[in-house]
Amino acid sequence: MRQLCKGNVAIVKGAILAGCKAYYGYPITPASEIAEAAALYFPQVGGTFLQAESEIAAINMVYGAAATGQRVMSASSGPGLSLMQEGISYCAGSELPCVIVDIVRGGPGLGNIAPEQSDYFAMVKGGGHGCYRNFVLAPASVQEMADLTVLAFELADTYRNPAIILADGFIGQMMEPLELDYREAKLPEKPWAVQGTHETRKNVISSIFLEPDDLEAHIRKLEAKYIRASRLEARHETFETNDAEVLLVGYGITSRVLRSAVEMARREGLKAGLFRPITLWPFPKEALRKAASKVSKVLVVELSNGQMVEDVRLSLEGKVPVEFYGRTGGNVPSVEEIHSQLMQRVMSLV
Amino acid sequence: MSTDTKLDAQASEILAAGYEVTHSKSPLFYDHYERKADLQQQTHYCPGCGHGIAHKLIAEALEELGLQDKTIFVSPVGCSVFAYYYFDTGNVQMAHGRAPAGATAIKRACPGKIVISYQGDGDLAAIGTAEIIHAANRGENITVFFVNNAIYGMTGGQMAPTTLVGQRSTTSPFGRRPINEGFPMHVCELIASLEAPAYIERVALSDNKNIMKARKAIRKALELQRDGVGFSFVEILSPCPTIWGKDPVEARKWIAEKMIPQFPLNVFRDHKHDPVVNNPVPHHTIPETLEIQTTDQGPRPELPKHQHHFQQFEIKVAGFGGQGVLLLGQLLTEMGMREGLEVSWLPSYGPEMRSGSAHCHVCLSKNRIGTPLISHPDVLVAMNEISLRKFAPQVASGGLILYNASRLPEDFELPQARVICIPASEIADKLGSTKSTNIVMMGALLEETECLLTATAEGVLETKVKKVELKEINRKALAAGHDFIDHYVRVGAVTQPDGFAY
Amino acid sequence: MAGPARGNILIDTEECKGCGLCVESCPPECLELLPELNAYGVHPAHYTGEGCSGCGICFYCCPEPGAITVYRLTPPQKPVAHEPAPGEVQVPGGSHAAAL
Repeated sequence: MRQLCKGNVAIVKGAILAGCKAYYGYPITPASEIAEAAALYFPQVGGTFLQAESEIAAINMVYGAAATGQRVMSASSGPGLSLMQEGISYCAGSELPCVIVDIVRGGPGLGNIAPEQSDYFAMVKGGGHGCYRNFVLAPASVQEMADLTVLAFELADTYRNPAIILADGFIGQMMEPLELDYREAKLPEKPWAVQGTHETRKNVISSIFLEPDDLEAHIRKLEAKYIRASRLEARHETFETNDAEVLLVGYGITSRVLRSAVEMARREGLKAGLFRPITLWPFPKEALRKAASKVSKVLVVELSNGQMVEDVRLSLEGKVPVEFYGRTGGNVPSVEEIHSQLMQRVMSLV
Repeated sequence: MSTDTKLDAQASEILAAGYEVTHSKSPLFYDHYERKADLQQQTHYCPGCGHGIAHKLIAEALEELGLQDKTIFVSPVGCSVFAYYYFDTGNVQMAHGRAPAGATAIKRACPGKIVISYQGDGDLAAIGTAEIIHAANRGENITVFFVNNAIYGMTGGQMAPTTLVGQRSTTSPFGRRPINEGFPMHVCELIASLEAPAYIERVALSDNKNIMKARKAIRKALELQRDGVGFSFVEILSPCPTIWGKDPVEARKWIAEKMIPQFPLNVFRDHKHDPVVNNPVPHHTIPETLEIQTTDQGPRPELPKHQHHFQQFEIKVAGFGGQGVLLLGQLLTEMGMREGLEVSWLPSYGPEMRSGSAHCHVCLSKNRIGTPLISHPDVLVAMNEISLRKFAPQVASGGLILYNASRLPEDFELPQARVICIPASEIADKLGSTKSTNIVMMGALLEETECLLTATAEGVLETKVKKVELKEINRKALAAGHDFIDHYVRVGAVTQPDGFAY
Repeated sequence: MAGPARGNILIDTEECKGCGLCVESCPPECLELLPELNAYGVHPAHYTGEGCSGCGICFYCCPEPGAITVYRLTPPQKPVAHEPAPGEVQVPGGSHAAAL
């Protein structure tokens, strides 16, 4: 049965259904409801909730719990994620699966608490030090906040790698119906974990490889995972792309506005379509190429001054003109605003 | 003859002469250090380094207490970053300074196990100050061994938080000057100011006697953890002959002469806590906790048969924080969901939640909802004048404004929408609670637009409002809003551009 | 003194780093650094072969896990509880008796 649920709360519900046993985090607007829901739910179902002294401590608690094989998570917003970057790099280096949520707010610096999509580079391109990747999933509804959290745990475990949920203040704060099914989570075996037992005594969790050849071999191993994930795990959604002449590209809350804009354009006779990446890493390059193969123009819309647009351009390799429209500071464009941008750009084609 | 064989032969000779082994390499250490690239029969520590001694004392204690299989050793950044080369236990290597945070989570994941955080002075007392203080303050049932050698060893001799006043380092080349770098940090004393820790002792590897005291303290700290007593902390004043530029024997003496006067050896805490009160946590199943209706809870309730007159209906509720603006939006959203619609609720959020203006967007739709952000609402519920002025121009042409007042402000410019004034606050006051103003507005909204059923509203109020006395008032408020539209609407109606007064 | 010493020591010269802490710590002063160098180019510690009491302090002062092994003469008959000698440390539950 459907329940009306806030996006931030849906993340915690999804996490518990995924068999997540521990939450370590530090509150920050607009992500605090995640910590609050975790504080309420985890102890009741026998899990752990701990409010850490900082995001730095939180991500290192995540590292510790993940080292024991537990499914574990944390959540924050931009400033907190900046503090976590070192720890995320360590998790990737030590191949520790974990899920971290970024409910993006306006930046840089203290910025504001309104929605932005300006953490794309920080999350998708790494952010921390070294050759590593994060899985990055971008939900666009409350239902997806739960569903993609479950997926994030599965990807994290399958690839022994951090997975990020990249949402924004709007998706985090809004309420929508949420439909959840309960079945006991199937947790994978983790023979590599350190659990204080005779069987796991031989195990070591570490990201240090002092010899250059050893570190290079380790990085090659990580790279092989990333190549495999790029092939298998890219996800996307399309809307009205079959006969589209113009393709709108956006993720998260922006994709919702773009969907309405596609409807509005089609009411007025313009064949617009929407391409929405669900995974930002791996980026759904092939699918985007296919969706854009027959359009005359691509318009990328983001709540930033242009971050994902780089991946769109890299994917399309100059074969289609790619334009960009961005709003920042917490401003979310209205449907009319996108429509007018679209019309201006289509007109310029003629 | 290889060295090993030669050694074996010598050992056999000694045993044959009637001797037995009393002290030998602990089985807590790997036989060969295979994780080490070369020289696998030696540690990577410098001649005379205190880490090796501390390692041996820890290994011996774990061996004697029979804890090898249960132990998870957390190593830091610093010279002991490679502790996992040596300890044949579970090993987790952590980021600089964060071992106590990692150890916290490891212990909570594996509560019956022995978790050791082994840290140096830069790791623990500089970059990791927050982590150690908070782990101690939470009384995590872990053991921390703090190796204090007053210098950064691994990075080549930079100043540590525990570097002595006047002591030269590569980053205090004129000697540590308190005017620039402050004074050495006394970590045991700092931690001893907290309530939670169970055991805090400072020991030194300065001479035979003190080494044997250190041995005792290390063992005790581990025993306390094993027994679940709480946070145990042993600071070990330790030599770093290489960086200090002293031979190992001089270095040991330097601890006694220079370090101990600055860092007095002491047991700073050794007690069990009085029992403290912890509020109980209720335990529930996952479906109960997450409010997931399972199939054994009977069939799903039937959706009310309401023919919605719209494809999509958009409502904006705005007012002052505390007027129930966000709640009214949520209730309408919940109702829409119960009537089988697609719904979304988007609030203004942040500091506005605490004071100032608040508004929310409610979308009711027969189809999947695109943007939840409403540009032109079909209905604006304006709970105060500021909201009316701010949002009235956005209302869709031909839309509706419900305004919480008995009349419009005099200089108010009419928008392309109908306006109905409802003295909802007054009505609510008369019913006994200003808090139900939003419900009066809801009654009016439902009666005027018929977007959702009043019966659904009653059902939602029944389940969402917990206070019994408020339930009754809300029922009356809903009816009052409804009645106001039925009986008094013309009083507040405003003539429209089309000439009709609705 | 007639008869063998109470204790004996075996030093792994290839693990020893020649720090000299055992030599400095040994109460009966029966350890020394060899004049010759080992493979690493340091003077390893060495038992003179006389006077070891088997106290084990060299073991605890040595930073290398396995460089020093300490032995004691096996008592001729079953050991009976004895009064600890002054300065002798009783290790509770331990397999190693350490004495200072």
